[in-house]
Amino acid sequence: MSRRVVARASEVEPGKCRIVTVLGREVGLFNIGGEYFALSNRCPHKGAELCRGMIVGLVGSDGPGSYNLSRPGEFLRCPWHGWEFDIRTGQSWCDPKSVKARQFAVKVEPGTELMKGPYVAETFPVSIEEDYLVIDI
Amino acid sequence: MKLPIAGAIDCDLHPAPPGARALLPYLDAFWRDQITNRHIERMPFTLMSYPPGSPFAARPDWRPASEPPGDLDGIRRHVLDPFALRYAICNVLHGAIALFNEDMSAALCSAVNDWTAHELLDPEPRLRAAILVPPQNAELAAREIERVAPDRRFVQVLLLAMGETPLGRRVHWPIYAAAEKHGLAVAIHAGSTYRVAPTYAGWPSHRVEDYVAQSTAFETQLLSLVAEGVLQRFPGLKVVMSEGGFTWLPNWFWRAGKTWRGVRPEVPWVDRAPAEIVRDRVRFTLQPVDAPAGDPAVLRRTLEHIGSDRLLLFSTDYPHWHFEGEDALPEGLGGDTIRRMLVDNPLETYPRLGDPAPGRRRAGASRGAPKPARKRGTVARKEAP
Amino acid sequence: MNVALREPKAVQRLTIVDCDIHPTWRTPAELYPFLPQRWREHMAAWGPFVRQGLAGQLPFPRMMAGGMRVDSFPQDGSPPGADLELMRRQHLDANGVEAGLLIALSRGGLEERNLDFAAALSSAINDWQLERWVRPEPRLRAAIVVPQEHPEHAVAEIERRAADPAFVQVMISPRSSDPLGHRRYWPIYAAAERCNKPVAIHVAGFSGGHASTGTGWPTYYIQEHFAQASGMQNTIMSLVFEGVFERFPGLRVVAIEGGLAWAPALCWRMDKHWERMRSEVPHVLRPPSEYVREHVWFTTQPVEEPDNPEHMADILGWIGWDRIMFSTDYPHWDYDDPRQAFKFPLTGERRARVFRDNAKALYGLP
Repeated sequence: MSRRVVARASEVEPGKCRIVTVLGREVGLFNIGGEYFALSNRCPHKGAELCRGMIVGLVGSDGPGSYNLSRPGEFLRCPWHGWEFDIRTGQSWCDPKSVKARQFAVKVEPGTELMKGPYVAETFPVSIEEDYLVIDI
Repeated sequence: MKLPIAGAIDCDLHPAPPGARALLPYLDAFWRDQITNRHIERMPFTLMSYPPGSPFAARPDWRPASEPPGDLDGIRRHVLDPFALRYAICNVLHGAIALFNEDMSAALCSAVNDWTAHELLDPEPRLRAAILVPPQNAELAAREIERVAPDRRFVQVLLLAMGETPLGRRVHWPIYAAAEKHGLAVAIHAGSTYRVAPTYAGWPSHRVEDYVAQSTAFETQLLSLVAEGVLQRFPGLKVVMSEGGFTWLPNWFWRAGKTWRGVRPEVPWVDRAPAEIVRDRVRFTLQPVDAPAGDPAVLRRTLEHIGSDRLLLFSTDYPHWHFEGEDALPEGLGGDTIRRMLVDNPLETYPRLGDPAPGRRRAGASRGAPKPARKRGTVARKEAP
Repeated sequence: MNVALREPKAVQRLTIVDCDIHPTWRTPAELYPFLPQRWREHMAAWGPFVRQGLAGQLPFPRMMAGGMRVDSFPQDGSPPGADLELMRRQHLDANGVEAGLLIALSRGGLEERNLDFAAALSSAINDWQLERWVRPEPRLRAAIVVPQEHPEHAVAEIERRAADPAFVQVMISPRSSDPLGHRRYWPIYAAAERCNKPVAIHVAGFSGGHASTGTGWPTYYIQEHFAQASGMQNTIMSLVFEGVFERFPGLRVVAIEGGLAWAPALCWRMDKHWERMRSEVPHVLRPPSEYVREHVWFTTQPVEEPDNPEHMADILGWIGWDRIMFSTDYPHWDYDDPRQAFKFPLTGERRARVFRDNAKALYGLP
């Protein structure tokens, strides 16, 4: 593991991803409300450039015909197949395996009832030193 | 292979539907008039999907000399007795459901259900039945469910696989609400009212194509139920897919699941993988077994692809011709799978089968002669939904 | 689970044949040089006339970016698939495509209700494929777009292009006015068989006059997307049960973008019920699965993804490793990447067949 300065914090605006190359690897930098996150620019599903996807919120539901948008700007949809990844953790959103006991008509509480997907996008810890973003890679 | 145990439950059996004349005692005065004066009582109400003379409609040794196949005597001699069944569920595929006049259809469906109770269930305690409902009008269908549900020998509601709009659509939801309320499964059975072409390219020239195409209809109905959130909205509802085959299911799991992951925000109430929802809530009758009979490993492998032994419900589909002699089970099934299919899965799917008593009759109904004419026709005609 | 680095672009052990690439035009006016004046005017005044309520858009909107890969939009604002340079860089070069087969989806001959316009459009699109794509880029091949609902004109267009090796197949839509096995379409199969070109059946977004399922119109795109798999099955059934493969023993058919994991179960089902119902179709002399085995090829995309990838190996083995041809569907959203399409190990021989040799054999590619 090494620490690398990758960008000025001011270069990473909310709602936009900045892709940088670090040690030969492409990493996408994200700004969610002043917190910074870094994801490998490779979708673990089929290898797309994940960080060129759309930054979106989370769509939940109370039941058929109900659409609730929460956590705006905290999810990334892969530019190919549209899989949803939590930018904070790299966790993909929907999956059968870990929700066997799940009931229907669930109201999705922000951050608590996400169903984990089968893949996790690689993340890197980000810290800010003065104006610069530093990642551990 | 033969059934290894007695006491199995046959979840799809077809008594010969009553002709219109046989329904006259079960109609009120108005509808008796209509059916008689308009010569409707001369009509056989045979569904186009099931021409009675065709080779698959009845196995040759199950076809009586003069009557249409599926009379009560035949049911006993060919199925109930030789297979030593505990129960058999009658799906009476009556053509009343293919009429356009919703009120007439509803009146005839009610008459069919009363005929079924009187002519089949009363004399034969091993039989159970489906409630035939008019699919054209969900409110009328729900009303019929409410009317018949107290007779607990009726264990499911009967709908055809190919109608005018996909069965998951919200317009149909009163049917599911009523079924769920009364602990009735909803059976979607192969067949068509031919309101729309059976394929997305129009009308095939041959019945064999329409019959084979039923599996694609079941695929689309299954996805309609899942995508529209029927199984979320009605968490107590169980759905049975009857006579549609099941070896198409692995592809359905994989494709529906893959697409769902990519388009999830379109239908965000679908909160689990489609395969998981189906494994939990949908069942499939055994016949026809669409797998090569000479290669049991294929069926075994396909069941592994399906990934659950809770999905299959034993059925003969009598008198349709799917197997020879008493070899009602395909080769390639393990003992546990067989036991689950013959008894456990049906009991889980149809809670009413577990009733201790043979079944309550509707309050006020008497054994023996059919009830005198009621005013139901008037009610159906005059009351707005 | 952390994932490994993507392989550097330079390493490409196997060049591939991609059996489904979708070119498009920057604007419809790109077709004008290939259209007679009369039809240019018609196009400008009347536009396409297809069987749906909305003009110029699909009634089942796609989920992201109009159904395209988000990263496939050219810088100049053209639609994905309109820029040859980007297609080269992002796909042909990056993925080692030695031959790419174009499927020009369009409001062209397949769905257009005005049959004379359909014929003119088909011919124009075929000329456009040559000029804009095949001539500048030798790795690409075209498919003969035909006005399928007017078989006479379709045959004329096939015969016009038959001798040109740039066209490797005839292209039709399975969302036709009658199921594709219907004898109305037999002149097309006769012509294709005569000039020894396969017939590609590629899924379509536009209706030929019927709901997208045999149970009525669906509500959501998730259903509409699945309907293509059901519909392709119905199409194969029609070809079999109408006796097309008996009548045209040299005909080869390619099922494109319908998926393929449904094929074994469909063949088992067709065989089972043909056995009991044969008296209705005496012209079907052999079990249906035999006709499929001999006459039908399948492209892989959108490849199905079982939780257990080995289950996909079962499917491909049941279909037959010689009948499967890799495709990407570039630039659509459900694109399959050649490095990632199969999550189970393939033998070298099978990999070569699926990704290259089966297509080369079928299409006679060098």
